[in-house]
Parts: sequence; C-alpha cells; structure tokens
Amino acid sequence: MKQVLASLLAVLLMAVSAPSVLLAQSGPLRIEITEGVIEPLPYAVPDFVAESAAARDMAQRIARVVADDLTGSGLFREVPREAHISQITSFGSPVQFADWKAINAQALITGAVSSDGNRVVVKFRVWDVFAGTELGQGMQFAGTADGWRRMAHKVADQVYSRITGESGYFDSRVVFVSESGPKDQRAKRLAVMDYDGANVQYLTGGNALVLAPRFSEDGQRVLYTSYETGMPRVHVLEVGTVQSRIIQGQDGVMSFAPRFAPNGQTVVYSLTQGSNTDIWAMDIASGGVRQLTSAPSIETAPSYSPDGSQIVFESDRSGTQQLYVMPASGGEARRISFGQGRYSTPVWSPRGDMIAFTKQNAGRFHIGVMRTDGSEERLLTASFLDEGPTWAPNGRVIMFARETQGAQGSSSLYTVDISGRNLKRVRTPEGASDPSWGPLQ
Amino acid sequence: MRLSAKLTMLMAGLAVSACTNANRFDNGAVDLNAATGNAGGFVAGSASDPSSPAYFQQTIGDRVLFAVDQSSLSPTARATLDGQVQWLLTNADYNAVIEGHADEQGTRAYNLALGARRANAVMEYLIAQGVPANRLRFVSYGKERPIEICSDESCYAKNRRAVTIISAGVTG
Repeated sequence: MKQVLASLLAVLLMAVSAPSVLLAQSGPLRIEITEGVIEPLPYAVPDFVAESAAARDMAQRIARVVADDLTGSGLFREVPREAHISQITSFGSPVQFADWKAINAQALITGAVSSDGNRVVVKFRVWDVFAGTELGQGMQFAGTADGWRRMAHKVADQVYSRITGESGYFDSRVVFVSESGPKDQRAKRLAVMDYDGANVQYLTGGNALVLAPRFSEDGQRVLYTSYETGMPRVHVLEVGTVQSRIIQGQDGVMSFAPRFAPNGQTVVYSLTQGSNTDIWAMDIASGGVRQLTSAPSIETAPSYSPDGSQIVFESDRSGTQQLYVMPASGGEARRISFGQGRYSTPVWSPRGDMIAFTKQNAGRFHIGVMRTDGSEERLLTASFLDEGPTWAPNGRVIMFARETQGAQGSSSLYTVDISGRNLKRVRTPEGASDPSWGPLQ
Repeated sequence: MRLSAKLTMLMAGLAVSACTNANRFDNGAVDLNAATGNAGGFVAGSASDPSSPAYFQQTIGDRVLFAVDQSSLSPTARATLDGQVQWLLTNADYNAVIEGHADEQGTRAYNLALGARRANAVMEYLIAQGVPANRLRFVSYGKERPIEICSDESCYAKNRRAVTIISAGVTG
C-alpha cells in the first residue's frame, strides 16, 4: 500500500500533462491516477441482493449510491443495468465472468443487504472481471437503517481504494454556510451534509450572520465566525451536541478566519485592531494567545501544513494580496505567489504537497493549486466569482463556492479534480458557500 | 442587550430608507431627505429635527464611499465627516458605530479586513476632529451586507462604504 502511494506520488510530481489511464491488461485491476485521466474504468454494480424482505428497497438504493460515488469521481464509468446479461440473485453464487466480460465491465461489484428492522448489514465483493478473480476480500458493514448511505459510501470507498491504491473520500461530511434570501438580505446558517449533499443538518439558526466554518481534523468540532454579539468573533461548536462558545471575545476587536492546527489544540485566526489585521494563535484549552504576524497590512486566511510546522496565509504587504509561508510559531514569511493577479484563501493539501487558493485576475476568479514553494501553478476553474477551496480528505478533489453574477446571483458548491477535470455542482437545498471538507469517517 | 436592540431597530430603519433612496447620491453621501416626504413642519425626532438621528442620516449624510481596494478618505468624504463631527459634538448624548463594507469583488476574509480599514479610517478622522473616542466603535461586514445588488461598478461604488450609525445614550 505504502509503495503504491509512493509511486503514485511520483507520477503526480512528474507527469503534469501525460493524459492516460493506465489499465493493467494482465495482472491486478488498477487505475493509476495521473494528472490527465481521460478514460474512466467501466464497471457494473447490479442491485445488491436483498436477503430479507425488509431490505429490498435499501438493497437497490445502496447500489445506486455506490454507483453515484464511483461515477461521480470521474475515474469510473458504469455499464448501464439494462446492458447486464447475468443477474446476481445470490451473494454466494459463482460469478459468470463471461457475461460481464461481454459487456466490457472491467470491475464488478456485488453485494447483499439484510435487515431486521433497524439493524442493517451490508456485504460486498469486488471482482476483476478480466482476470476472473476477486479483488481484495469480501467485507461487511453493519449499522442502523438511517445510516444506510454511509454504508454505501464505505463500499464505494473500498472499491475506489482497491482499484486506485489511494484512500477514498465518499464517507465524509462537509460543513458549510447555507444561504437564503436576496443578496441584500441574505440569511446564513451553519449546516453540515454528506460530501454529496445528502443529509443536510442545520447547526445554527438564521438570526446571526455566520461565516467560514472549519472542521477540526477529527470532524468533531467546527470553528466559525459569528456576529451573534454584534462583532465578528471566532466561535467553536461541538458537532455532537451543537453547543457553541466564543473563543475570541476581546472587547472592541474583530476576530475571524479561524482554522484548527492538526493537533486540534491550537487555533489560528485573524484579529483586527484599528486598521490592522494580523494573525494570532490561541491554545484553545488555556486561552493563551500568541501574535504570529506584526505587519501594518492585512494578514488573514491562515492554514497549517498537515505536519503543523508551517502556516500559509495571505497578505497585502506587497500592495496586493499574495500568499506567504511562515513557521507555525511566527517569524519570517516567504512569499510563494508571483503570477499575475491577486491570490487569497490558501489551503494546504492533506498530502502536504500542494496549496489550493483563490486567484483574481483580469476581472475573473479562479480556483487553483500550486506546489508549496509556489511552482507549478495550475488554475482549475474560472468564473465571475469562485472562492474558498477545501480539500477532499484524499487530496484528489477540491470543493469551493461559486457565486453567480447580478441581482439574482446566488452561491452554490462545486467540486473539481485537482487536474481541473470533472467540475460538478453539489446539490444543496438552498444557496451554499464556505465549504470545509471533513475527514474520511 | 438593550444597546443592541436599539441598534437593530435603527439599522432596520436605515436599511429600508437606504433601499428606497438608493439612487440619491450627493457628494458621496446619500441624501435621503427629499424622498421621505417630510416637507411639512418641524417634528421632534423626525428628519426635520436637527438633533434627530434621522436628520444625521438623511441631511448630514451618514456614509462615505471608497475607491476599489482603498480606505483613504476623499475630500468629499472628509466634508461629509466634518458634518458628522459637528452633529456628534452638538448631540453629545449619542454614540456611533461605524460600519465598514466592501463590494463583492473580493474574498470573504480579506473584505472583512478591508471593511475594518475603511470603518477605522472614518473613526480615526472623527476622533482627530474632536469626537471623544469612547463614543465611537466600529465593525466590518466585509461583502456581507451590500445595499445595491447588481454586479457592476454602479452598485459596487455604493457598496464600498462606511456608514455611521447613531445609537442612543449608552457610553461604551
């Protein structure tokens, strides 16, 4: 596993524009994700077998969510069910590989669901059709009926990781700002949802303006900025109990743009005193603070490297917004963005190798990625207003907010591969902005 | 709590009148006086009462505008603020909160900091001209509270603003 990851990483570093899916013709079924995957791997996922009458509906729905996950990743293409020759009627029966070869399904996912009312058990196997062998071992997940989507996402994560060699991202949640009302009277609430927009839950009411929630690395807590007191102040919320409290309530100053350190103990954020905005760090347990920047300019949007040793942030100390990296304890910062335009909202990737950002240039907004030294900048999107990237837990996909132009303009969430492919809108019940992607659960 | 309730009411009133008079700009400040229909005589507390917050808002001018990504005060803005200074010195029972705003052409956190720069520029000017600092405070809304919602410069120009909101009688 480790070796596979290492070699994939090597491919990433070198092959910026080599477009290919490397499908092993002999040997194990494998997609190697390069920067330019163009041909998704064909697979089939028949309805899972219902092993009890109560499970029939769920058995179909679980297979559909698995397919939505895999196809939605852009790396897989489903062979439509109408084309299937064999039916899977029993989880234990031998697979008729010839029938799946005939429709060119290179991978086959079979599964079964049993339910005794509230408790649901999902079993699955992944098959390498052309090799005529099972890929990995059969697994099962058990849970309550209302967690059926999570079990489907777990199956899809297994398929994804067995075929790509990388961890998946489907069983994950996103905390974001749910928006309603026209631009000049917009109400904002914190909400959390599955990565695909399902199971939206609201975490705050609409009374106080709330901005930019950020998950802790374990997904248990959320930092955000709220105007509940009339001033923007950094709050922390426990997702389990939906209890929140102010952690930066110093009189007369604004605090915002918070983010957790990987250790979950330190919070880094911006503090405005007078006309000056600087970056501070706070030990969340003791409340002890430390000023990390002390320039007369705007320093904001800090984000830790995954090892916690460095912070990337934006500053207009040069005259326009640019990206800088400094030690996590503060001190000398080095500028890493040098292209045309303004750079903001940097976010370190979970793999540690890249930084995603928002870029404004010539009246357009872009989401882009660069290496941590600022080299190999690539813009992934372009629109009237794209903003605020957040990384999928495996570092392959970025979610961001796109606001449309004009008086009727509204904000929606989108995902895009770090190759710039597979731009997709995430369906949410209302407008949505400021996504923060949580960990794989 | 009481202060914030009052502020909310005052701001709600402002939002309504600002919307209905959105096109009436004069010297960089909104002149809301003519459109509010108070052509009649003096009514205490109304916009025709020079000691009323409504007069401050509508006749003195409660807001100043800024160039793109700037927080420096134009001569027009200074003239408006000089009027605000006189009013605040005359009406010493009132405090003020200066709200800083940005247009939508920018990222959220930066615009919060930019709005703070603008509001602070106004506050520092008012203090320099003699308004006691303990009667003033500021807050930035960044790009969160536009008053004009189109996506071109005619709207952006009005959204890049600092608005002085008069609040009654509590010294902070």
